[in-house]
Amino acid sequence: MVQAHARKNSWLGDVKMNWDLLFQLMINGIIVGLLYGVVAMCFVLIYKSTQVVNFAQGEFLVLGAWVCWFFVMKWQLPFVLAFIFAMAFMTIFGILVQMVILRPLIGEPIISVIMVTIGLSIFMQALMNWVFGNSAERFPSVFGDETISIGGLQVETAYLMSLVLSLVVMGLFYYFFKFSRYGLAMRATAFNQQVAQSLGISVKQVFAMAWAISALVSCIAGVVLGLVNAVSNSLAIIGIKVFPAVIVGGLDSIVGAVIGGVIIGLLENLAEFFDGQFFHIGNMYTVAPFYVLIIILMIRPYGLFGTKDIERI
Amino acid sequence: MSHVPHPRPCGDFRTSYNADTSLFRTKVEGWTVYLGIFALLFAPLVFNDFYISQMILIGIYAIAALGLNVLVGFTGQISLGHSAFFGFGAFASAWLNNTTGIPVFICIPLAGLMTTAIGMIFGIPAARLKGLYLAIATLASQFILQDFFSRADWFSGGAYGSAAEVVNFLGIDLDTDQKYFYLVLFWVVVSFLAVSNLRRSRDGRALVAVRDHYLSAEIMGINLTRYRIMSFGVSSFFAGLGGALYAHYLQYVSVEGFTILLSIQFLAMIIIGGLGSVSGSLLGAIFILLLPQFMEEIASSAAVVFEGIEQSKAYIKEMSVGAVIILFLIFEPEGLIHRWRLIRASWKLYPFSH
Repeated sequence: MVQAHARKNSWLGDVKMNWDLLFQLMINGIIVGLLYGVVAMCFVLIYKSTQVVNFAQGEFLVLGAWVCWFFVMKWQLPFVLAFIFAMAFMTIFGILVQMVILRPLIGEPIISVIMVTIGLSIFMQALMNWVFGNSAERFPSVFGDETISIGGLQVETAYLMSLVLSLVVMGLFYYFFKFSRYGLAMRATAFNQQVAQSLGISVKQVFAMAWAISALVSCIAGVVLGLVNAVSNSLAIIGIKVFPAVIVGGLDSIVGAVIGGVIIGLLENLAEFFDGQFFHIGNMYTVAPFYVLIIILMIRPYGLFGTKDIERI
Repeated sequence: MSHVPHPRPCGDFRTSYNADTSLFRTKVEGWTVYLGIFALLFAPLVFNDFYISQMILIGIYAIAALGLNVLVGFTGQISLGHSAFFGFGAFASAWLNNTTGIPVFICIPLAGLMTTAIGMIFGIPAARLKGLYLAIATLASQFILQDFFSRADWFSGGAYGSAAEVVNFLGIDLDTDQKYFYLVLFWVVVSFLAVSNLRRSRDGRALVAVRDHYLSAEIMGINLTRYRIMSFGVSSFFAGLGGALYAHYLQYVSVEGFTILLSIQFLAMIIIGGLGSVSGSLLGAIFILLLPQFMEEIASSAAVVFEGIEQSKAYIKEMSVGAVIILFLIFEPEGLIHRWRLIRASWKLYPFSH
């Protein structure tokens, strides 16, 4: 990753280098942040339309990456075909999870819903460790290793591709919710389930669709991450990192999710930069977002862009 | 949403306030508990080391799970950071004893008090939040505390961990499992008694009111912020107490033990045992601690037929934890204690159980 590259540079430590490093880290932050944004969108999509928090989002992402890797390496399929198969697999998987595990819990208190996805995440983590092993595996190089120079910065093509894919996914999301019939149905359901149902929208279908789309998009994010780094079960940490992003953006705002993702990506890298240059506390990269999370929740308990619930007795 | 978690069985009438707030529902229940505790006093003489060590761990986890049940089951606040408080208690007790030389026997409850303070600090932002936002905020506190443990060398020994002294009570070193068992039993009895009493007091009823409908509770004059922070404090106290007992049992504390996985296990204990039920916490702790051993037995016997299962035991154990959480939530969301109540009710009403 570029981060590792940047970390090496930070030991040089003279003042002129710092600006380059800062700039590089910020680019890095935006690219990683957009990926967080994509995963956060999946998360918000499920929350908004089904009121379920998916703690297994990270595992969805890793499963998608592993399945694609399996098709490429074990079945020797061409990458594009493997990618499509993996997406199809994850779509079906998402629908199955919704039908078998989440549907019986409709109407249960929120703690049950949270715990069931946590249980699912433990189960999937262990299962993937068992089936795919706990080492990191590389994809055969798809985008190539060459770097492109942008404004004096060396950026790997894989990163650019991940940037482009993130933007494409976001564009598709926008189109889907704004203009398509199903997207409209989903927005209606998110707004008010009973009214949507009385207008002839099948809420069951919408729920299944939300999980399907979310699993599918997680699969895309997983494969992209797998191409950039390598596929390993530790990628599931993204599922945890998404929480600060989602909270910053507000749990029910898709645009907020993207903005939150970028903010957290930038924040991580800036924390890393200032820590490496001045403070030398260490480990700020992982912990800083959580401090910010707590501070934001203290000031605005419903996130920066979230809607404030008005409750009546 | 507002279902009554533990409805009173049919035909069980209370005619006075005293009867309504009694510690045990029936005399038989009371005597069973007293006899059970009395029988446990002789457990170290009967069982071998393995069973005793399992019982000690069950006791320790049950105390911590009980604390979480006050928070989640009584007050309805979700916490994904309980193991960080458990860990804080463990480090605090070892640190207190190593730096000040206060006897360990006293350090254990003191560590509980220190954890209470920390829990209340993290409870302050949590007092305004509920549901999902709270779950994520407590998740953040888990990571922040974990980071603190690995960083604060003066407190936790950093990456090396810290040593915890043997408990000494009136000149007797509690250095074997048999002796330590009594210490744990003592604290288990004290904690369970305390929480049972909390439940039938004014404060306990206030907590339950906050869970059932916080707006109505506030209108009835219950101070939400105060009770939410209080329940964080109480819950952290028991987590810290359990952690301190754990530290001095292993005589060594290190950061790796207190991850989010343990927090999830605590939550699993109270969900499987029964949310909001005091005895359910104990049942859940027993279930979660025995489950891996049970799976190990199954895997060993399956290994005769299927080759290769032997190596993947660790994964099977882990998967079983996830699977029981899901299965319980789908098929028995009110936990083992509910199952037990159903069995008892059907005995009581036999042969006219319907």
